[in-house]
Amino acid sequence: MAASPTATALRATTSPKPPDRFRTLLGVVAATAPAALLVIVVVLLQQAWPSVTHFGLGFLTGSAWNPVTLQFGAWPGIFGTVATSLMALVIALPVGIAVAVVLAEQGQAGVRGAVGIAIELLAAIPSVVYGIWALYVLGPWTFQHLESPVSDRFSSIGWLSTASPRSLFTASLVLAVMILPTLTAVSRDVIRAVPRGLKENAIALGSTWWETTWRVILPSARAGIFGATILALGRALGETIAVTMVIGNNYQIPQSIFSPAYTLASVIANEFTEATGDLYPAALVELGLVLILVTLSANVIALVLVRSATARAAI
Amino acid sequence: MNRNRRRQSINYSSIAIAYALTGLALIPLGLVLWFTIAKGLPAASHPEFFFNVERPVDVPGAGIAHAIVGTLILVGIASLGAIPIGVLGGIYLAEYATSRWTDWVRLACDVLVGTPSIAIGLFAYALLVAPFHHFSALSGSGALAVLMLPIIMRTTEGAVRLIPSGLRESGLALGLPRWRVSLQLILPAAAPGVITGALLSVARASGETAPLLFTAFGNPFLNTDPTQPMQSLPLTVFHNALLPYQSLQEQAWGAALVLVVMVLLINLTSRYVLRRQIRLAGQL
Repeated sequence: MAASPTATALRATTSPKPPDRFRTLLGVVAATAPAALLVIVVVLLQQAWPSVTHFGLGFLTGSAWNPVTLQFGAWPGIFGTVATSLMALVIALPVGIAVAVVLAEQGQAGVRGAVGIAIELLAAIPSVVYGIWALYVLGPWTFQHLESPVSDRFSSIGWLSTASPRSLFTASLVLAVMILPTLTAVSRDVIRAVPRGLKENAIALGSTWWETTWRVILPSARAGIFGATILALGRALGETIAVTMVIGNNYQIPQSIFSPAYTLASVIANEFTEATGDLYPAALVELGLVLILVTLSANVIALVLVRSATARAAI
Repeated sequence: MNRNRRRQSINYSSIAIAYALTGLALIPLGLVLWFTIAKGLPAASHPEFFFNVERPVDVPGAGIAHAIVGTLILVGIASLGAIPIGVLGGIYLAEYATSRWTDWVRLACDVLVGTPSIAIGLFAYALLVAPFHHFSALSGSGALAVLMLPIIMRTTEGAVRLIPSGLRESGLALGLPRWRVSLQLILPAAAPGVITGALLSVARASGETAPLLFTAFGNPFLNTDPTQPMQSLPLTVFHNALLPYQSLQEQAWGAALVLVVMVLLINLTSRYVLRRQIRLAGQL
């Protein structure tokens, strides 16, 4: 904001501190956020260094995890993390976009308001509560009514065989519930940012609600919804506690989606306090480093996409 | 005619599907709340559950007082660090929005919100636990503060932006220095929004488990010394839920119920405060 010369003169005579110093102070305080991010990455890199130099790139492709013989590889963890997150996205995406489309509509304030609040409460529930619920309610239920019948029926198909109450699939279901609020909230904002004129033109040409949504609104919100999807993917990749409680903690590439597996974050959560020596904790931190680098890049890509999609509406 | 009828039926069925999927999205919320209440009440309906600490398996009268006190201390110390820094940073983002640096700070905040909390736990362990050779509540609060900071900054920024620029301009026109305009005019006007952000971050921090696993670590006894290991509600839920004893699992559900009630109350309060802000901003 540009102040006139007289205002500047006035301020100079009345204020004990020149205004620029306040600005510098705030700028330095605000710098704690980027600084924290930088320090996190640097500290993790430094802590993981023994493992990084010992295993090199082979760490990413190795599939052993043996604290006794000090053989460590991240591949089963990476696989479990990516597989649960992608399955969660596949489950959550159609639901999330449907809710976002409904919430972005004009009118029916009562219903939309209630649904909006409910979705926000879904985001507020702590992940450990989702964990205990999935462990004692969701996991046993899906095992009995979904996993067992399906795996009995299709036992010849490898990736659908051998059901287990704690599995890749259960973890994906919980993750799907947990990323739904992110997916919905961001997609809703992106859909709202689609220029009104586009929608009005489509309606004026005689399009139905479905044709307007499917052929006009969603295509023009595509980049932003893609951003929202990546943002939700980032959340799913980093989610720890709920997944740790239901994934079954089996450090192998699982046979089927109903088998126990492991994720990067869960290995750290379960083993870090018991890790002794130099190489073992360093290998665990390197898992964290892999995780944070993947989520950081996903987040940056997603934020750039979402911002350019919502900024367009402001113009 | 036929084509139009088909378009109409596709239209109506798609509306039905959209609303059905919306209903489907709400089912998990209902189920989680229902089971937490139903399974948590048996433990949480005893008054001693709130006043006693852990007891050996199957000794009656166990409670979670140490976890409740621990959560309050952990989140309290984290708030002391994160709220002032977050609010000042948020004012900077809103008041000096034009500089290039604010774009970077904003991006860093948004990325930090999405950073896996377990990684923040590892970071706090390396900086605040390893050098001192023992777990402590302070290191847990440090990890929670890092989680809270970006939430507070961004919501403060949003709240300050809601304040009409007329207020700022009249302050400057009266010859007030910029810092007094920001801190004594804008900040009080934006207070409800700022409080909302702080409350949301407190709710988020109260429910976090992963960053506390190797910082606050957990403690079976009542501890109020922040340099020592400390229990928290999420840690109680996590540890007890995975143990093969029914009485401990019941305590886990009880602690989960207390946690959910706490977090949802904070959330609903913040929603109420935010509504006041929007009304207030409309009047200014």
